[in-house]
Amino acid sequence: MSTPEDTAAGAGTLTDTTGPRRTPGLVPVTETLRTVERHEPAPEPPATAGPGTRPVRAFWRLLGSELGLTFRRPRNLVMLAVLGVVPVIVGVALRTFGGADDDMTGLVQDVAGNSLMLTFVSFSFLVLLLMPVAVSVVAGDSVAGEAGGGTLRYLLAAPAGRTRLLAVKYLNAVVYAYAVTAVVALSALVTGLVLFPAGDVTLLSGTTATLADGLVRIAISVGYVGAGMAALAAVALALSVFTEVSIGAIAGTVVLVIVCQVLRAIPELGSIAPYLLPTRFTNFDAVLRSPIDVAALRDGLLTFGAYIVLFGSIAWARFSGKDITS
Amino acid sequence: MDKLDLTVPRGSVFGFLGPNGSGKTTTIRMLLGLVAPTEGEYSVLGLPLAQALPKVGAVVEGPAFYPYLSGAANLMRFDAADPAAHGATARRRVADALERVGLSAAAGKRYRNYSLGMRQRLAIAAALLGPRELLVLDEPTNGLDPQGTREVRTLVKEIAAEGTTVFVSSHLLAEVEQMCTHAAIMRTGKLVAQGTIASLSGGLVTRIKVETPDPDDAARVLTSLGLADVRADGREVTAELGGHAPERINAALVGEGVSVRGLAVVRPSLEDVFVGLTGEGFDVDA
Repeated sequence: MSTPEDTAAGAGTLTDTTGPRRTPGLVPVTETLRTVERHEPAPEPPATAGPGTRPVRAFWRLLGSELGLTFRRPRNLVMLAVLGVVPVIVGVALRTFGGADDDMTGLVQDVAGNSLMLTFVSFSFLVLLLMPVAVSVVAGDSVAGEAGGGTLRYLLAAPAGRTRLLAVKYLNAVVYAYAVTAVVALSALVTGLVLFPAGDVTLLSGTTATLADGLVRIAISVGYVGAGMAALAAVALALSVFTEVSIGAIAGTVVLVIVCQVLRAIPELGSIAPYLLPTRFTNFDAVLRSPIDVAALRDGLLTFGAYIVLFGSIAWARFSGKDITS
Repeated sequence: MDKLDLTVPRGSVFGFLGPNGSGKTTTIRMLLGLVAPTEGEYSVLGLPLAQALPKVGAVVEGPAFYPYLSGAANLMRFDAADPAAHGATARRRVADALERVGLSAAAGKRYRNYSLGMRQRLAIAAALLGPRELLVLDEPTNGLDPQGTREVRTLVKEIAAEGTTVFVSSHLLAEVEQMCTHAAIMRTGKLVAQGTIASLSGGLVTRIKVETPDPDDAARVLTSLGLADVRADGREVTAELGGHAPERINAALVGEGVSVRGLAVVRPSLEDVFVGLTGEGFDVDA
């Protein structure tokens, strides 16, 4: 760029060009180009590169800002609260009406017999619809919402960096996915402990496990279900990158979840069922086998990993080259 | 967009003019890395884009913030997105930027409740969060009332006085004329002229206009004084002023017995240049 002296010189040159034979007012571009060439910009000192930890700290700061935005937003908190209330309602309902009925289903009997089982019952109620909806709202809104509101262009001009911003958006959605899972598990655990007797857990295999063992199994199921929700968040994020209307990405993800469940219900399509996310969501009951069905958990986690890689790549490929015109 | 080379002298206030659809906003989007050129490369401040952007503050296509956050929280959010900004100094810098645009009192108020002028000023504050070498303002006075426009104009002049280059895109010529030292004019994706405001409008000649009931006598006097391009049109006589002093011309006219009803020096405005270069309207090439 020019120094002040250069500017003066440049202005002089430009004024000189307005001789009598010139079109009035028109300074030919070629003329100014020559001016530019004469005043080759002095090379700038390289951008002040701080210590090596700087980009890492800046990344955590952006993630912190993103998390603050997500966990301060009333809508997201309401969804967490609703999900936290469901296990309480289920627990109270089982406690109030469960005992009176003679033909109780197996799960209900289990819950009535042990407090920890309420967590698994709550998961099986919520994992197929309500939890996916909550995760889809946050992940589907993540990029589309910013694009629709126009804040995306300011974030990118800041410059947040596209890959960096996408990574932050995804990690934020993963944290929310685990928050959703943890809220359901904790609420169910507390409700269960208050309403039902604590003690040894009767597993699906018929054997019993100690209370401590039961808590470990709950922790594993939280990890597994959270990973499943994180995989769904990758799908929602990929859809979110393609639109400026967040409701589109959110509804799209929820519709996908529902379509998968319809496909699972068709016996002729049984061969594709293992590749569908909802099938894997419900596989958390592997922790209720004795010993724990590690193979089922592993296959589920591999499926989640594959979804995360696939949809993460789609999101990145689209977002890194996208023209931001909103 | 075709072969656009903008020479924006450091420390200048640079007006970027052009009719709607001439590529101003596209240029700015490209400058900020929001859209990629179909082909070719570009640099900003002589640096690759990623290194240059932290030194560039921008207001693009109007303000956009999170409506449910306060003004200060919004600025914190955008500051966090800048990898070159230090978190430790963020609060102070946000307070400074708000002070700068006169929004300190509304710092804790939600953006939702800001008036249009406050939103525009908050956007400028966001662009001023760090030490900037270049400030890009796209239509900064769009939708502002006259007070707001004046405020923005004063602010821009202050910022430029501190040595920051300000790049203002606008289609409001009067605004550019009042605010800018340099300007460039775009037409259908091409740059048609650039230079200082004086050199752009200086190309058009200043004329003197005489209103008189005796146009023929007046024309004769003006010619005898050596003025070029004397034109009589009804009761008006105009001529190129050249280096002549208008008061002498008036004295000469009166001395020769020409009744002068009005005498005016007509300086060419940027609008004349603009219209001359971009067409009268409705004829902008597709």
